[in-house]
Amino acid sequence: MSTAASAYAKPDVLVSTDWLAGQLSNPSIRVVESNEDTLLYASGHIPGAAHVDWTADLNDQVRRDYITRDGFEALMSRIGATPDTTIVFYGDKNNWWATYAFWVFQLFGHTKAKILNGGRLKWEKEGRELSRETPTFAATSYQAPERNDTTIRAFREDVQKVVQEKGQLVDVRSPDEYSGKRLHMPDYPNEGALRGGHIPGAKSVPWAKAVNPEDGTFKSVDELKKLYVDEQGLDPSKPVTAYCRIGERSSHTWFALTYLLGFPNVRNYDGSWTEWGNSVGLPIEK
Amino acid sequence: MSDSRSPVGYPEPLQDLIDTFATFDDPSERAQVLISFADAFTPVPPEVATRPFGKDHLVPACESEAYVWAMLQPDGKMNLHFAVENPSGISAKAMATMLTRTLSGLTPAEIATVSPEVVERLFRQNISMGKGMGLMSMVGAVRTLAQRAVDIESKPARQE
Repeated sequence: MSTAASAYAKPDVLVSTDWLAGQLSNPSIRVVESNEDTLLYASGHIPGAAHVDWTADLNDQVRRDYITRDGFEALMSRIGATPDTTIVFYGDKNNWWATYAFWVFQLFGHTKAKILNGGRLKWEKEGRELSRETPTFAATSYQAPERNDTTIRAFREDVQKVVQEKGQLVDVRSPDEYSGKRLHMPDYPNEGALRGGHIPGAKSVPWAKAVNPEDGTFKSVDELKKLYVDEQGLDPSKPVTAYCRIGERSSHTWFALTYLLGFPNVRNYDGSWTEWGNSVGLPIEK
Repeated sequence: MSDSRSPVGYPEPLQDLIDTFATFDDPSERAQVLISFADAFTPVPPEVATRPFGKDHLVPACESEAYVWAMLQPDGKMNLHFAVENPSGISAKAMATMLTRTLSGLTPAEIATVSPEVVERLFRQNISMGKGMGLMSMVGAVRTLAQRAVDIESKPARQE
């Protein structure tokens, strides 16, 4: 499978726009678009791509949690995927929501999953075809395992333990959120947590530093190593937990650390700052 | 003098559009209408502005890099023009078209009353938080330009 850079730890997890353009008729591949902008898919998408919405499709509609096994099986049936289908995710904003969807799919063990390097931005910039035709897929019967929350997902208690043991945490939010000056990203409503700051001991590495802004592709392995290992001193051999506000931006960092740098034990704390900054009695640094 | 900035209602053409959107219960139906507005977007004509656009026309906090111009006509009415430089700025283009169609031809005082909350009335769940803030900023920029025209008009009267 074509890749952007062979030096990545798991290069097959990234596919290029060139490669994908030649695979659009491949029945064993399902392209999935996940965006922040809810109008983008309907305004034009990679031909044949299914739409997966992070709120409606991936989250429980009542509790703050992800879909259950039944929900995942129904989703996979809707997009016509079987356990043998390779899912290629892409989306807007440097694949922010694409990596989030990728991460949720890994909770259910669907390892035949890739990310389109550069996402929607690169596809558009290259003038490649976009379609407004919403594809229909023959429903499949997908049998998923129970959601596995133990290996790549961290809960508040896990993070408290990391803090006590002075383990590795990466805060991927903006510098102003890290410092406590803001409670949300710049240009977003300043809400969501009662307290500002960061989890004690967390290193600040804003998520988008991992991508080349001109085309949304991931930076080279050397640049990523410099960013996370050389500059921040993260030890690849030890566990790392990434967090942001609700776990979406940190899924991007989770992806970069796990698949591009090959860190063997990375978890995404999806409760993130909206849980930590609202919880009574938890320690906060500014 | 009444406070023209109070969101006591919307100018009739905009209210009509809001009423039309209120009939769409299905988000995908609303999305299609919003996309049709984005498709109909007409950028600022060259007789009004050409690139590089002045930064004083840039809408703050809008990631689609939107620019706005409010041109006062001899009859005292105002015409709006927009540029949206991000090709993926679908929401900004839709908003620009809707504002142009419903507010151009009104007086600055009428335009200055439009509340940024109109974004929620039009887009409902078809907008993310970040995009919503950017679109509200577009409305805010239009209000600021209209209010500026109102203030200029009222100055000579105050001096007499």
